[in-house]
Amino acid sequence: MSRFLLIVAREIRLAFRQGGGAGLALAFFVLAAVLFPLGVGPEPNMLSRIAGGVVFVTALLATMLSLERLFQADFEDGSLDLLALSPLPLEFVVLGKCVANWLLAGLPLLIAAPMLAILFHMNTEGLPALIAAMLLATPTLSLVGSIGAALTVGARRGGVLLSLLVLPLYVPVLIFAVGAVDAVLQDFTAQPQLLALSGLLLAALALAPWAAAGALRQALE
Amino acid sequence: MSLFEGRDLVCVRGERTVFRRIGFALDDGQALVLRGSNGSGKSSLLRLMAGLLRPAAGSIDWDGQPVALDPEAHHYRIHYLGHLDAVKPALTVCENLAFWSALSRGQARAAPVRDALARFGLDRLGDIPARMLSAGQRRRLALARLLAAPAALWLLDEPTVSLDTESTAVLAETLTQHLRDGGLAVIATHGELTLPGTIDLDLDRAAALDFAEVLQ
Repeated sequence: MSRFLLIVAREIRLAFRQGGGAGLALAFFVLAAVLFPLGVGPEPNMLSRIAGGVVFVTALLATMLSLERLFQADFEDGSLDLLALSPLPLEFVVLGKCVANWLLAGLPLLIAAPMLAILFHMNTEGLPALIAAMLLATPTLSLVGSIGAALTVGARRGGVLLSLLVLPLYVPVLIFAVGAVDAVLQDFTAQPQLLALSGLLLAALALAPWAAAGALRQALE
Repeated sequence: MSLFEGRDLVCVRGERTVFRRIGFALDDGQALVLRGSNGSGKSSLLRLMAGLLRPAAGSIDWDGQPVALDPEAHHYRIHYLGHLDAVKPALTVCENLAFWSALSRGQARAAPVRDALARFGLDRLGDIPARMLSAGQRRRLALARLLAAPAALWLLDEPTVSLDTESTAVLAETLTQHLRDGGLAVIATHGELTLPGTIDLDLDRAAALDFAEVLQ
């Protein structure tokens, strides 16, 4: 356990030392969302209708952006060799990095999401569902994305490849998250969608670290 | 039966066979020095020994047990030093070493980190960011990992690269001490390092012998 926390603490420290680690995904999230009213026009009806979709699509892109360097820097300077050879199993190293990534990128998005939704004139009834869906969706995005980040380690132009690999895997999360908010706004219960999101999160928690660790071992050969 | 033993190892990378039928045997207090021209497979053999690479054929045993059966147990007993120094430029010298020390030990301990830095002459640089270090100083920081946490088997890939003669002497002394304490070491080098009582494995000669055998 202490080794696991050590990995999380190191990732967070590195992100703060290198600067912009935490802020970058959040800034992208806000900026990209603010572009939509400029593109589709400022009518409140239109904006409130697309609010949920815009928040989740931009959150998904922002998370992906933060994942690009998840393993790349450690691969380039040789740290990944040592992490793979440490007494902590590589699966838990991956999980530690995902936890740190969620704290640095997912959590700020979660906090900013309701404010963006209000900016978009979303009905406040939908906010609890939006927060719950974000809470379940963002860790899933970090975990699933870690598989893509591990597969593209060492690849040139890995960022583009990462989006091609990971975006299709994000589709179920997007559908259920937007569905949860829409259900509440149309006076239905969001429970089925939130349960589906919980299921996705548990599945990602159980499978993603193993898949990513496998991909990393392959990359180190 | 030796403590650390490899038999009939074959290494294939991509489509190319790097080496065939390499064997070695090491006991407490012994060092194996890998020699050979560039591309003869010294680094690949070290990565095989560490468990980062899997042999295409053959086996590596520790105390009679195949290493591949329990890779985690193997990780507890090795220190691996590759071509890259695994130094984070954004962290201070001390933080860099303290992280690897704590990860190996499972707990943070300040004294061994300080001693290891002092041994390699980095004690005065502990608080500066590692990006300010020269190539030789970064290498010394990587070497200090060997002392910051205990491990029985040291796998060193050209440890003397970019070291000055003084640091090379410190490294030789450190290695001698490690062997005297019953440790094992495998070192790929071009011969700058002189240690007493080492076993040599020349990968070029092994390849030539193997080729001659195939011809017959």
